Amino acid sequence: MTDLTRFTAAELAEKIRGREVSAVEVTQAHLNRIAEVDGAVNAFLHLDAEGALAAARAVDEAAEPASALAGVPLALKDVLTTRDMPTTCGSKTLEGWVPPYDATVTRKLREAGMPILGKTNMDEFAMGSSTENSAFGPTRNPWDPTRIPGGSGGGSAASLAAFEAPLAIGTDTGGSIRQPGAVTGTVGVKPTYGGVSRYGLVAFSSSLDQAGPCARTVLDAALLHEVIAGHDPLDSTSIDAPVPPVVAAAREGLRGDLTGVKVGVVTEFAGDGYQAGVQRSFEAAVAQLRALGAEVVEVSCPNFTYALPAYYLIAPSECSSNLARFDAMRYGLRVADDGRHSAEEVMSLTREAGFGAEVKRRVMLGTYALSSGYYDAYYGSAQKVRTLIKRDFDDAFERVDVLVSPTTPTTAFKIGERVDDPLAMYLADLCTIPANLAGNAAMSVPSGLSDEDGLPVGLQIMAPALADDRLYRVGAAYEVARGSIIDRVPELKGATL
Amino acid sequence: MPNISRAEVAHLAKLARLAVTDDELDVFAGQLDQILDAVAKVGEVAGDDIPPTSHAVPLTNVFREDVVRPGLTQQQALAGAPAAEEGRFRVPRILGEEQ
Amino acid sequence: MTAVADLMDYDEVLERFDPVLGLEVHVELNTNTKMFCGCANLFGGEPNTHVCPTCLGLPGSLPVVNGKAVESAIRIGLALNCEIAPWCRFARKNYFYPDMPKNFQTSQYDEPIAFNGYLDVTLDDGEVVRVEIERAHMEEDTGKSLHVGGATGRIHGAEHSLLDYNRAGVPLIEIVTKPITGTGARAPEVARAYVSALRDLLLALGVSDVRMDQGSLRCDANVSLMTKDATEFGTRTETKNVNSLRSVERAVRYEMTRQAAVLADGGKVTQETRHFQEADGTTSPGRTKETAEDYRYFPEPDLVPIAPPAEWVGQLRGTLPEMPAARRQRIQTEWGLTAEELRDLFNSGAVDRVEATVAAGAKPGDARGWWINFLAQEANSREVELTALPITPGQVARVIELVSTGELTNKLAREVVKGVLAGEGEPDEVVEKRGLKVVSDDSALLAAVDEALAAQPDIADKIRGGKVQAAGAIVGSVMKATKGQADAKRVRELILERVGQG
Ligand SMILES: [Mg+2]
Ligand SMILES: [Zn+2]
Repeated sequence: MTDLTRFTAAELAEKIRGREVSAVEVTQAHLNRIAEVDGAVNAFLHLDAEGALAAARAVDEAAEPASALAGVPLALKDVLTTRDMPTTCGSKTLEGWVPPYDATVTRKLREAGMPILGKTNMDEFAMGSSTENSAFGPTRNPWDPTRIPGGSGGGSAASLAAFEAPLAIGTDTGGSIRQPGAVTGTVGVKPTYGGVSRYGLVAFSSSLDQAGPCARTVLDAALLHEVIAGHDPLDSTSIDAPVPPVVAAAREGLRGDLTGVKVGVVTEFAGDGYQAGVQRSFEAAVAQLRALGAEVVEVSCPNFTYALPAYYLIAPSECSSNLARFDAMRYGLRVADDGRHSAEEVMSLTREAGFGAEVKRRVMLGTYALSSGYYDAYYGSAQKVRTLIKRDFDDAFERVDVLVSPTTPTTAFKIGERVDDPLAMYLADLCTIPANLAGNAAMSVPSGLSDEDGLPVGLQIMAPALADDRLYRVGAAYEVARGSIIDRVPELKGATL
Repeated sequence: MPNISRAEVAHLAKLARLAVTDDELDVFAGQLDQILDAVAKVGEVAGDDIPPTSHAVPLTNVFREDVVRPGLTQQQALAGAPAAEEGRFRVPRILGEEQ
Repeated sequence: MTAVADLMDYDEVLERFDPVLGLEVHVELNTNTKMFCGCANLFGGEPNTHVCPTCLGLPGSLPVVNGKAVESAIRIGLALNCEIAPWCRFARKNYFYPDMPKNFQTSQYDEPIAFNGYLDVTLDDGEVVRVEIERAHMEEDTGKSLHVGGATGRIHGAEHSLLDYNRAGVPLIEIVTKPITGTGARAPEVARAYVSALRDLLLALGVSDVRMDQGSLRCDANVSLMTKDATEFGTRTETKNVNSLRSVERAVRYEMTRQAAVLADGGKVTQETRHFQEADGTTSPGRTKETAEDYRYFPEPDLVPIAPPAEWVGQLRGTLPEMPAARRQRIQTEWGLTAEELRDLFNSGAVDRVEATVAAGAKPGDARGWWINFLAQEANSREVELTALPITPGQVARVIELVSTGELTNKLAREVVKGVLAGEGEPDEVVEKRGLKVVSDDSALLAAVDEALAAQPDIADKIRGGKVQAAGAIVGSVMKATKGQADAKRVRELILERVGQG
């Protein structure tokens, strides 16, 4: 039989439904693959072979499939709580912490009969664009193990590109699903803010965080999107509206016709700082969309250039508050509890020992931006920029159905290349941040390999809030026209590097 | 434009409960300065006439019914605690005063 | 730190300074559940048993607003004559403290749900002072810490602390006054009366248990002094958690005399929090302004704004009970009470019962008399609240009716009430069972009178001889013989008739 790890999730689900293979076989195949290659990739922080196989067995024994993806295993970013596995967020401060509750996303996955293989590596508390900020070592990009897999959800994206999992869950605060998707040649979707419950998603920046699907095809992403999306009364910011028909839209897109669809090219996301191969790939993608029948126009979103600075005020501000709870009192790491230090000292010493450099940097940046006397100039102004970016989107979406841009300005950079230069690192999210600030939906879909370094490039598609289905229609049409690149990922050698 | 001193970084670290080292003070002073310089750009377009946006999606009045839901047992609550005693979280002596 | 402060004589304080007050009251709402999660809102209980991921601040947990708490907040705002914000938000107040699970308090900052109101406060002598309300906002309570080790069981000197988060997340309404000026010597009394009036109002609204002893109503008192010629307020201190009405009064008075001494000595009042010492009525210094936290407020991103629709607010306005101050006024006018009678009535805690008794047909004077006197004594001797006595206002009204129709004497009526309290049934049943009807049959009485006269011939002679007061002894004998069921007045008439003095 063909290696079960090479199929798409849609194919696997159909085989399991048709009893052609068992869910246990599918899950075991992926566990074997993980055992074989994860030493080289480091996509996983924890594995739960037993739990995953038990869930698979339950699917095999059930009379009716629990969902369209019943029996299809997946990888879960280690920022969503799981009551039977640790949830560390890639941080020493939460090493070994097993939450007493499941995130809503986790619960929905379980209810859908999807075995959870394990928890994936990430930049600590989702702060980063390379997964180098994990306290548990970096994840490697399966396309080139000397390069980063993107971040913060590098583990989820790499697990897909390494065929360790057919599907994965990521979270996207400034591009943490889409940018890893782009640099690993996989599909990543940030749903409309409020489309997927944040209950149990350990908060980095509450007004921006959104969980979403990671997959190797657009249809697979749509199937997973429908499993995890929907209103949740436990999340006040959850939208009480029907989930957009993303699976139907993906299937519609697969017919390869975009006649009548208006596509806007964001003119701001080009020029200095954009790798030539990325630009050429993007131009080819735009030509492809036109060939599919789409009407393509240029659209200016002048305030998008202020998105990155606004983001680096809003996200650190919110994180400085969200991460205050990691204080060594109720859970997680505690150091210096020797009877000589006060609670206050233990808090400070534990936070110093438990947080990595990027987390501390952002916590201090946010503390500064919120402090009295600076609030208006920093946090307050950033919130105004947010209004302007929303207006840019509103104006654009009066003229076009979707906007497109490169997902990232460059392909995957080398591990270690930007760790000491925060500003250079932050540029990786230049194009993805506007959608987070405005709360609308966005996707990264593979747009081939850069002609200069042979590394994957992503095409970003952006749609209005609650119009997530448009992403899937355009993404699927583009995907089918452009052809898959994932089979060109080099075979990983051995368990260690 | 900001010019973050070591003393200011030390103050921020204190507010944020981070026992930063001397070396970190220097590194963070330089980096925060650099980052704040870059992000101060938001002030260019943030005019008085522009309302701030705190929430991406404009929802209001999301309320819960006043009905008791099961929570955690004491054992579950304390399971992750670094130290516990008599059904309570045990913490080092508290020096500061209640707010 | 522990040096005894110099204090200025109170009269001298008032000659030289004008006090300015500001009162912040925290009220725990009596909702079923906490402010942002479905945990039970219960006082006490085994530690850490009314907790969940949200009120423990576990990573990934999220708050959802308790709609009932918002309703209570709006009703409190309306009762305090406030404007209700058409749109407002929660904010995060960031500071680290072990009893606060998230290390920020979800509160309201520059957008309180209610603002710009007032409360009319009646002082003991009937004078009414209008206290202006700055705001009333929603927030959540903290957990509780138990300090272990050290001599005092207090935070200072403790070796470690134990935390219980059952109270964490309980809904609080913080009510803040505008500066209260011009109260002069009565400042401490105004402070106490304000908290007392607020307590009555919250009780009438039914939104809180308002138990100061259990911490469901807590007061922080801001006090500053202005010299007589000053145009700006002086530096204030904030005395925290003053936990009884009497303490409120004492704390304000103490701070006035302490601050005056500092100022008179050429010193400056330090802007700081202070702690009230129940034992000796003093205050001791806490955190100064210099060490105050920078709270770094910002809008709570996990909660969406609250925009109470006007119809909802209007509907809630319709649910407001008669406000205590208005009720006092109405009762005083309707029943024609003096200020003193009114005060006694309200102090008795029996106003509701008296009103209900009047509503059941009794005269206000009779109803007041029964409840404040006889029934209050009964409650006292049984060591229960007056309202806990097993007798209804309707039953009291019936007893009063039986007295007014002459079917019972006052003495018999008390017996009947005792019977009702003993669970012997309705007043009429008690009368029946105990045989307590007034003996109004003259022939039966005459027999008793004749018997008594015959038994005490010397006294009968005295009466005949004109010593009418001697009839009292015969009356006593007759009453005894009839077990008190005779109308003493009628007995006396019959005796005098019988000996020819009628
Ligand atoms: Mg407060
Ligand atoms: Zn709770």
